[in-house]
Amino acid sequence: MDTLVARYSRPTYHQDELFSEQEQQDLCEGGMPSLKFAMPPVAHPSAWLRAATDDRSNPSCPIKIAHGTTTLAFRFQGGIIVATDSRATAGNWIASQTVKKVIEINSDLLGTMAGGAADCQYWLAWLGMQCRLHELRHKRRISVAAASKILANLVYQYKGMGLSMGTMCAGVTKEEGPALYYIDSDGTRLAGNLFCVGSGQTFAYGVLDAEYRYDLSVEDALELGSRSILAATHRDAYSGGFINLYHVKESGWERHGFSDTNPIFWKTKLEKGEFSNVTSDLSERV
Amino acid sequence: MFSQNPIMNGPNYSFNDAPPKANAPEGARQHRFDPYTDNGGSTLAIAGADFTIMAGDTRLTSGYSINSRYHPKVFKIGGTTADQHDATLVLSVVGFAADGEALKERLDTICKMYRYRHGKPMSVKACAQRLSTILYQKRFFPYYAYAILGGLDDEGRGAVYSYDPVGSYEREQCRAGGAAASLIMPFLDNQVNFKNQYVPGSGEGHALQERERNPLSRGAVEILVKDAFDGAVERHIEVGDGLQMMVITKNGIEEILQPLKRD
Repeated sequence: MDTLVARYSRPTYHQDELFSEQEQQDLCEGGMPSLKFAMPPVAHPSAWLRAATDDRSNPSCPIKIAHGTTTLAFRFQGGIIVATDSRATAGNWIASQTVKKVIEINSDLLGTMAGGAADCQYWLAWLGMQCRLHELRHKRRISVAAASKILANLVYQYKGMGLSMGTMCAGVTKEEGPALYYIDSDGTRLAGNLFCVGSGQTFAYGVLDAEYRYDLSVEDALELGSRSILAATHRDAYSGGFINLYHVKESGWERHGFSDTNPIFWKTKLEKGEFSNVTSDLSERV
Repeated sequence: MFSQNPIMNGPNYSFNDAPPKANAPEGARQHRFDPYTDNGGSTLAIAGADFTIMAGDTRLTSGYSINSRYHPKVFKIGGTTADQHDATLVLSVVGFAADGEALKERLDTICKMYRYRHGKPMSVKACAQRLSTILYQKRFFPYYAYAILGGLDDEGRGAVYSYDPVGSYEREQCRAGGAAASLIMPFLDNQVNFKNQYVPGSGEGHALQERERNPLSRGAVEILVKDAFDGAVERHIEVGDGLQMMVITKNGIEEILQPLKRD
């Protein structure tokens, strides 16, 4: 009752305004990622959201959210290698071949994107904000363990609401050395040496596990990251486009290109003799 | 672990297990919440060296019915007044027209507020990020709208930002959205980014050289846009009637209307 009275007892000069004061404030200062979300006016929001957006349980859903990925990251003596493909799919439609799936949280932390593109982009940007606040409050850089836990706790709060993300946080700090964490929308948080995430994960693991050693040189490590993604783009239809390569060191991360898979594939095949299952001569079909 | 491969395990959404079972008696009415309609149509945006062209058809459909032959999908954003004569940004929306309209109004209000407070128009980069958060704020009750934002960046180059309905975004050279996106996008890949075009006689098989990419002129892009829509009208029932084009240059925004087939 009080809320009803409050709503209709605003001063007359306020009654003609299109937006309430709260809304006006949101419009002016709501630029930063926040935890305020509009909810559908139904009893079971998550069931409704699934019917509207999940193309696996409801192939005729009206809203198609971009998915599908191969991402990997591994720890080695020279830091951390992060590599991803760049394809986004909505059903069978390739929505984009140029997605940036490595998200630069700040100058020394990287996140990777698998699952809902918007979920990853938004929450990793939000994480960047939390990391900066930590820096200002404590006058030192946040550890990768702490940063990943902030994200894990956040997604755990939203468990069951339909967030879809499988992400890795990579960074090198003085206390931790190279540190790598895996976080997903179920609330899982794992520390590890090596992770592959997404629909092409098995194919990437196959190459990465076979060749991985902790004492890899930087050059060999970059090559291995790139080669693992290449294997995944070759066998997983939901992965492809470009190979996005990063190297994380204590001084921060470094980009090592965003390179088209097609010429890399043919170079790998013709110069190294790999992918011998593919013929380059159309007359000698197997 | 997180894999979106349905053969390996489930969909990897953290949705609660099953939808609540309707154990209502036989013949009971079930109330459904269907807030969306697909109003069809298509949009297109191409960034040039010092201009951006945003385009959309003007047909509005619902199922097989054509409900309007002139309902714009492309809007000027963030001018100081309602006529938007001094606007610097353009937004296009396809999907559900009401959600598109609501999204446009919201973004326009925010850009206006920004302009009053800072005494300068919002940059495309800032506006692009803001639009992303607006869309994500409705993550659990999404706008059914595929948005594209166009303008000129700080260096004066054409900029196109494309979005999914919940706010993931990316800066691109060109993008088609809506009903005929799958018809127009391959054409754009070939004609704007010169995908699968090689220099004749530059080598055998894999040694062929890719055709060099050079920026398109405004005239060439205008023709490309018209051709793309003429093609879409020919093969998609939800596209037609009128073509609305906004050309953004440093001198302002020019609006061009052209007829499309009306059948």
